[in-house]
Amino acid sequence: MRILQVNDLSLSFGGLNVIDRLSFDVEDGSIVSLIGPNGAGKTSVFNCLTGFYRANSGEIRFLDKSVTKLKPHKITQKGMARTFQNLRLFKQMTVLENVMSGMHCRTHAGALGAVLRNARQCREEAHIRSVAEECLDFVGILGLKDRMARNLPYGDQRRVEWARALATRPRLLLFDEPAAGLNYDEKERLMRLIRRIREELNITIFLIEHDMGLVMRISEKVVVIDYGKKIAEGGCDAVQCDPKVIEAYLGREDEEGMADERNGP
Amino acid sequence: MAGLEERLFVFFDKRSHRRLVQGLLVLVAVLIPLVGDSYLLEILTNSFFYIVLCLGLNIVVGYAGLLDLGYAAFFAVGAYTTGILTSQFDWNFWLTIPAAVFFSIIAGVIIGGPTLRLRSDYLAIVTLGFGEITRIVARNLKELTGGASGLIGINRPSFFGLELSQIHHYYYVFFILVLLAIFVSFRLQHSRLGRAWQYVREDEDAAEAMGINRVAIKLYAYVIGAVFAGVAGCFFAGKMTAISPETFQFMQSATILMAVVLGGMGKIPGMIVGALALILFPEVFREIGSIRMLVFGLVLVMMMIFRPQGIWPERRN
Repeated sequence: MRILQVNDLSLSFGGLNVIDRLSFDVEDGSIVSLIGPNGAGKTSVFNCLTGFYRANSGEIRFLDKSVTKLKPHKITQKGMARTFQNLRLFKQMTVLENVMSGMHCRTHAGALGAVLRNARQCREEAHIRSVAEECLDFVGILGLKDRMARNLPYGDQRRVEWARALATRPRLLLFDEPAAGLNYDEKERLMRLIRRIREELNITIFLIEHDMGLVMRISEKVVVIDYGKKIAEGGCDAVQCDPKVIEAYLGREDEEGMADERNGP
Repeated sequence: MAGLEERLFVFFDKRSHRRLVQGLLVLVAVLIPLVGDSYLLEILTNSFFYIVLCLGLNIVVGYAGLLDLGYAAFFAVGAYTTGILTSQFDWNFWLTIPAAVFFSIIAGVIIGGPTLRLRSDYLAIVTLGFGEITRIVARNLKELTGGASGLIGINRPSFFGLELSQIHHYYYVFFILVLLAIFVSFRLQHSRLGRAWQYVREDEDAAEAMGINRVAIKLYAYVIGAVFAGVAGCFFAGKMTAISPETFQFMQSATILMAVVLGGMGKIPGMIVGALALILFPEVFREIGSIRMLVFGLVLVMMMIFRPQGIWPERRN
């Protein structure tokens, strides 16, 4: 079954085509990566999928229903969670409170329940807490639950964000550059964690990543985009040998100077 | 100063210590009418009234992080509901409270619905406009509100046959209102809803990505804040027995907001300290004459420079 289908998606800002008639699928239970040079439009694709950008045309189907025009919170409710490229934690709150935010869309207590603190509301609070603690335990930082989020080291802040996304009880998890800023050991742990999320929690993984070693080791399928267009899709080996991909990353031999300029040092 | 703060933190970390101080404060507040004169009671009753308003605005500004410059509008809705229903339709005072709650909710939804889609500065401007609109409507709906001269002859509430007419009656009425407002604020703050407000305040996009409907959550804060002001407005009308549109000027909204910022946004004890400081400062320094407002202004500016988080300290890590 295809959990996510993107058909002919286009997005432009003014005259700039950020995403250009992009189509691809994500199979249920797979680990898929979206790669491309800097500025290729990867994060824009994520923002369209999660409802932060409204695509100009095309359709996004999630679990066989169109989510193209839904607001971000509705999409999360339907089971698609994301992490952000630059950490977006609730910095002044504790780690546990951060992760509890994920359960918001799965619970219902309102103002009256809060004031009366009735049995149902208490049960729900206990449930939110226990799910949040489970998620923290899953990513291995349960011991830090009462620390203030802003005081954690960077690697642990990343893990808080993963736990928070897990707490929304997703079917599909979008990771935006999860390995950015992590050291070698942390990357190894991240890879094990991603596999465990898929195997133990049965969650499909779709990620953007620049670390090619990590992408090639973990993904079952890779989608490559450049200038918002899909230039290749398939297994790791096939994509790595694709001349178009090599060109996008390294440039053609006769315009090496330009390629250097584009990809930076 | 820092050392003292540290020691206080350690002291208040213990639940039993907190309970003890809270109990003593309540006891002192209950006993004051036995010794205080009516001047003191009048000032304290007024402070209690502002504490309730501050706690209400704190839900909007402190918890949800929305800058509201027209809060007096909701206070006006409550006061006019009681005023009109008792003086023109002869309702019992107590029955006007549910009506005021109802109209406050309606007003909150009408004002909040379209404006809460806006972000920060724009929201402040629009709420400022709505605050003024409410006051001008009250001045011009002559048949209902009595126009610029306002309403007189509002029924005083009575309690089991005792008409509440003395200042110490109102002292206790507003004191109970304060306790109720603190209780509701505290429960809201430590709930799913309270956390959602804080998520939206800290990072709207991240909150939205976590499945939180940011417009609905803000509207919730706005409406609950409106209900606080509406109920306070009922008792204000009952105590004064006369109200006029000039009570609900922009200065009123600004004063409440000032107390909230002064005390420390988002903190319940901060609201109490802020409202008390706001009301007591001009009274205590009455001797230095009209210059006292200038001094008060200077103190506020100094506060914002040296302690922008407000009088009450931040929670520790």
